[in-house]
Amino acid sequence: MTESPEILVLVEHSNGAIKKITSELLAAATRLGSPSAVVVGAPGTTGALVEQLGMAGASRVYLAEAADVAQSLLTPQVAALHTAAAKSAATAILIAATFDGREIAGRLAVRLDSGLIADAVDIALVDGGIVATQSVFGGAYTTKYRITRGIPVISVRGNSIDGSAPAIDQPEVIELDLTFDPAITPTVVEWLPEETGDRPDLAGASTVVSGGRGVGSSENFTVVENLADAMGAAVGASRAAVDSGYYPHQFQVGQTGTTVSPQLYIALGISGAIQHRAGMQSSKMIVAVNKDEEAPIFEIADYGVVGDLFSVAPQLTAALSTRRG
Amino acid sequence: MNIAVLVKQVPDTYTERKLNEGDWTLDRSASEAVIDEIDTKGVEIALQLTQTHGGEVTLVTMGPDRATEALRKGLAMGAHRAVHVLDDAFAGSDALQTSAALAAALRTLDSDLVVTGNEATDGRTASMPAMLAERLGLPAVTSVVSIEVDGGTLRAERVVQGGSARVTCRLPAVISVNEKIGEPRYPNFKGIMAAKKKPVTIVTAIDLGLDPAGLGLAHASSQVVSGAVRPSKTAGIKVADDGAGGASIAEFLVAQRLI
Repeated sequence: MTESPEILVLVEHSNGAIKKITSELLAAATRLGSPSAVVVGAPGTTGALVEQLGMAGASRVYLAEAADVAQSLLTPQVAALHTAAAKSAATAILIAATFDGREIAGRLAVRLDSGLIADAVDIALVDGGIVATQSVFGGAYTTKYRITRGIPVISVRGNSIDGSAPAIDQPEVIELDLTFDPAITPTVVEWLPEETGDRPDLAGASTVVSGGRGVGSSENFTVVENLADAMGAAVGASRAAVDSGYYPHQFQVGQTGTTVSPQLYIALGISGAIQHRAGMQSSKMIVAVNKDEEAPIFEIADYGVVGDLFSVAPQLTAALSTRRG
Repeated sequence: MNIAVLVKQVPDTYTERKLNEGDWTLDRSASEAVIDEIDTKGVEIALQLTQTHGGEVTLVTMGPDRATEALRKGLAMGAHRAVHVLDDAFAGSDALQTSAALAAALRTLDSDLVVTGNEATDGRTASMPAMLAERLGLPAVTSVVSIEVDGGTLRAERVVQGGSARVTCRLPAVISVNEKIGEPRYPNFKGIMAAKKKPVTIVTAIDLGLDPAGLGLAHASSQVVSGAVRPSKTAGIKVADDGAGGASIAEFLVAQRLI
């Protein structure tokens, strides 16, 4: 039996549990070769993740521990991947395409003098070579790339990889010596955790209800929230609504902000400026409510209602609540 | 303190943006080209820091001839000078090559701080600040929403998915600004006139010690395999609200098995 090439996956974890994106990356890695997870953490914390990583498909787990990891910004992860790459015959390195992940990927690509593909939405093995797909300009184009230099470093967008990897009973565990250069490492003085509510995460939600300038005020956004809650949906906002101070910035959907691709996107009082469409036009189904029958959002809506969102949305909310009974 | 700010000319996000079918590189003729909005925020922060601590702001860009327009915009805001990395040999460069060229240009400036946007609206790679920091042997603090400098120390707050953090590092360093960092100033008439006289230095691959024979699309570390235009979405059903618009959406969603 020939051994299949190793694919390194950087593990994202918190409070003793691996994150969903890590399972997605391991699923992607299985398509390319044998998935190896690389875990970075404080001393004595990483071993507890081995079983979970095996369940998620890792056949080998590299553990990299150092005392000051939690206060050291991102260079420990770069060092761990660099060391693991040197120890293995890895043919690709997969990292989550978060801000942190893309930073790690950038440093690592330079350190390995390897090609980089950022924010891939799909990965496949084609004729023995790794091909990564990118979604450009909010999904207006799809381009596929092959890396021709070094060990491909690929950051992968969350919620874009389907399927899962077969579970591995007892992954092989290898401990790495983790050393990183403090001179290039920012120190975290204080972590400020994000306040998270009960609603699903915007980027991964299967339904998103968004409000735009037509919502008119921050108080009025309860109309959007009520509909979202009746649907179990995430709440989004257009840039116009965010710039007007109606809703917090982290909920912005669009070119600047989060790109979403849910099963269902409901746009309330959103005109559909091209910047907004770039962040949501790949949604499977789009429903729009707007007073202006000429609003560009209707050009891409599967179902559009020309009307006042303040009567249409509550009626829809009530209809959903009745159905749920 | 002397600050280098990277600026990039990108297709205007308020227009339809296109790729060239064939090599799937950016179609620069399809849309208006503007300075990336996030970079104007980088210029703003750099100007504020030099107003407090003294020193000068140098803009750095890499791109074709017309990218000089983006430099003039930043100069009109108040930046002191600009460096334009300009050479046909760079056409089609990927992130690895671009970072090598920009790092070479930055090495000639000896800045206390390098400022970039957190991600360009066209490539959205968001890896350039880290790549430059790695090449220059500097710490990187990305996605920064506030920054202060105290002697040789930088203190910043950064916001990323899942939370934010207060961090500190030594200078020199590379930072990338998050769009929440604040609004940029608008150039006034005096600034626009002054910008015309500010020095813009053009540097080529050879000036930077790079061999033109190994640069550009043909030597990029990634090669396009294929590309596709997404079929344009067509409008579906549009109804006027007759008092039952909300209920009609519910019926539509039921029919689509979405609820």
